[in-house]
Amino acid sequence: MTDYTSLNSTERMEFIRRSLNRRHASEKRLRFYGVAAICFALGFLVVLLTTVVTNGYTALQQTEVAVELAIPVEELLDENGDIDMKKSADFNWNGLVKKAFRGYFPEVKGMMDKRMLGDLISANAGFELREELEKIGRIDTPDRLYWIKASDDVDMLMKGRMDRTIPENQRRLNDRQIAWVDDLVANENLRLVFNRAFFTKADSREPESAGILGAVVGSALALIVTVVLALPLAVMAAIYLEYFAKPGRLTDFIEVNVNNLAAVPSIVFGLLGLAVFLGFFGMPRSAPLVGGMVLALMTLPTIIIATRASIRAVPPSIRDAALGVGASPMQAAIDHVLPLAAPGILTGTIIGLAQALGETAPLIMIGMVAFIVDVPTSVTSPATALPVQIFIWSDSAERAFYERSSLAIVCLLMFLIIMNLAAVILRRKLQKKW
Amino acid sequence: MPAQLFSFGGILFVIIALAIGSYFFSSRRVISQAHASGIKPHSLGMYYGLYAAIWAFVPAALLLIAFTGTTKPLLDGLIEQSLIQAAPELPQSFIPLKIAQIKNIANGFIEPTDETMAMLGQEYKAMRDNMGNLRFAAVLMVGLLGLGFATWRISPQFKSRIVFETFLRRAFFVAAVIAILTTIGIIASLLFEALRFFAAYSFWDFFFGTHWAPNVALRGGEAAADEDVGGASGSFGMIPVMAGTLLIATIAMLVAVPIGLFSAIYMAEFASSRVRDIVKPTLEILAGIPTVVYGFFAALTAAPFFRAIGLNLGMDVSSQSALAAGGVMGVMIIPFISSLSDDVITAVPQSLRDGAYGLGSTKGEVVTRVVLPAAFPGLVGAFLLGISRAIGETMIVVMAAGVSANLTANPLESVTTVTVQIVMLLTGDTVFDSPKTLSAFALGITLFFSTLLLNIAALTAARRLGERYD
Repeated sequence: MTDYTSLNSTERMEFIRRSLNRRHASEKRLRFYGVAAICFALGFLVVLLTTVVTNGYTALQQTEVAVELAIPVEELLDENGDIDMKKSADFNWNGLVKKAFRGYFPEVKGMMDKRMLGDLISANAGFELREELEKIGRIDTPDRLYWIKASDDVDMLMKGRMDRTIPENQRRLNDRQIAWVDDLVANENLRLVFNRAFFTKADSREPESAGILGAVVGSALALIVTVVLALPLAVMAAIYLEYFAKPGRLTDFIEVNVNNLAAVPSIVFGLLGLAVFLGFFGMPRSAPLVGGMVLALMTLPTIIIATRASIRAVPPSIRDAALGVGASPMQAAIDHVLPLAAPGILTGTIIGLAQALGETAPLIMIGMVAFIVDVPTSVTSPATALPVQIFIWSDSAERAFYERSSLAIVCLLMFLIIMNLAAVILRRKLQKKW
Repeated sequence: MPAQLFSFGGILFVIIALAIGSYFFSSRRVISQAHASGIKPHSLGMYYGLYAAIWAFVPAALLLIAFTGTTKPLLDGLIEQSLIQAAPELPQSFIPLKIAQIKNIANGFIEPTDETMAMLGQEYKAMRDNMGNLRFAAVLMVGLLGLGFATWRISPQFKSRIVFETFLRRAFFVAAVIAILTTIGIIASLLFEALRFFAAYSFWDFFFGTHWAPNVALRGGEAAADEDVGGASGSFGMIPVMAGTLLIATIAMLVAVPIGLFSAIYMAEFASSRVRDIVKPTLEILAGIPTVVYGFFAALTAAPFFRAIGLNLGMDVSSQSALAAGGVMGVMIIPFISSLSDDVITAVPQSLRDGAYGLGSTKGEVVTRVVLPAAFPGLVGAFLLGISRAIGETMIVVMAAGVSANLTANPLESVTTVTVQIVMLLTGDTVFDSPKTLSAFALGITLFFSTLLLNIAALTAARRLGERYD
């Protein structure tokens, strides 16, 4: 700087021009870092979503095998021609299906070979056939072509998710099995159809019969409990804090607690639920009721903060007018301010519920991570939740579960998008400008 | 009467119906009283109805909840006594199993194996049905008594609006206090279980031990579990676990802070409002993605990717490397850091910028030399909240980080974290009496207090910023 003052004016201009270039370059650099950072974040988002979608979309389809079944009706029907449940329970459905399937390859002999062949169709095939027929209650055409599910390995092979080129011992299907599958394909006895089980069934050990319905219902039940508990409590707490709380230590302490609870790690709420709801009160494990209660405690701060913000957004003149014509403070709050704050409260609630829908860790803590094959029917029946189902499946070894957890993620994200869009639209439509 | 009427939902339905009935009964009754006596009621008819409805509903509902909460432990205790009397030779560890069997027999799920079990099943069923009937009768009685009391109190002179509003205000207060109760509940429950852990395991060894192997307790301690729940086997030194947590959190912050901060600077200072309107909500999407999705990505895409790169470079990268878990966690924290920093940067008064421009600064210089130093305390706050997030994050690390505790600073190796250990120790185990499960609560309270401290520090830092320019 000392030489700067000793320069004459043209030299000064020159000095400034030269330094200006450097200074502008450094500004450009800063700008570039900003753009690069944003590009990285958005790029990650794109990669994440593409990975999930490209891995998941194939789970929309399921491979089925055509088998010509000859159902021995005399072993199954009662005198009225309906299926006798007792006889049906004793009947070897799996054997029937497997035997019919083996008919394609009469040359296969020997226990090991037969088992290898049997591995190509779903272990649940017989059970599902029985379920389907029992639901109808009658067997109209005992001898006909049935489409039964192929095993998950065949399914993966058909969808190109199994690499044929890797050494045989690293593959889940060996060369002979692949040859059989190719044979079935050549004779058009294999087809890919829409995977209905995925949307109509609960979890299963066999990927081909596993679905998300149980988890979706579990999540829905838990969220219903959450909203029933959290919404009224949060609105009450917010009205109290806005209108009735006297400034003082207690009020300050409540506010600090509300703000702090919003930042407590979710797993700590899970520990609370485990120790208090399950341990102390002896509530049932794995129940959406307990899950919903834990999520309600977690969502409470979010809704309280949103409600307070929307109560504050209502102009004081409304309340003053109500008080002026003789309404009590409670009447002014409930009859006049609250209806005007309702859109904001609703939006905050939906956003809070969307967060709760994606929560996994606290639900794992209270045991909603169990393997449950039935769709839950009440808030106390054992259930799992959609994000927990994703966790369970992505932990499984089968490649087919990987595909299914990707599709489950797509479904979860869809639910979240719908909820958030609903919140945005509600805000746009209902929000008043004062 | 149908059995559903005696269920929790059924009774709730009955008392709600009672409350609605009380509302109409009382609000009409006070009006006819007013007509008869010529006294104008103090409040609107509605408030007399609400007063009666509250008296009919609230005590009955509270009783219903209390009754339901105590029935199960009470029944369990009673049947356990009967079981011990009927079969005194039964070992202690068999009792929970037998009780579960008795319940299944009572529900008709399984056939009793012998005479005693059949008898106990009958006894349990009888006791449970009696309790159910008693619950129904007691709750209904309390509801009717409440209605009776309200009816007795109500007259046109009775100031029901005042009383009702006082009740509401108190109820609102109770709702607000739930926030405090939750905090107390967290601290009390964690502390209670953690103290039971420290009764069996040295406090010093837990916080300063360098060996973490809780599963040894399971295998070695099982034989000794009956007589000595606090068996000394298994070691619970949390240093390696804490170190792993910090390693992953550091990696996450190394990703999140620069990216979050630079994007916040760009959005607050450089971006046109159109770009801002598009990019900001898009970045928020990252914050809305459930952590289990990040975990899925980290475990099944990022980790194999890093491993493949490592193999190409001739390095051994663990398939559960801290790098994959931390890196993905960092991305999760980006929107958090960027939106907090954005708020802080925008909160810096325009006059500071104008002053710097007036002295001939470029935009870049204004940002780096004036805005950022001014926003510094708030940025520190954002940073601290980010760390608090990172150490409390569970699903990403459960899915992508390791379970065995390695004391290492190498990001390519597998480490474990506090949250992973909590999940591992508590899944599939209901009994809270082994040091193994109790240690999870000791970890939990450590986690709670460390995040609490970070949050308080962050708030203090942010408040200091606010004071500076208000």
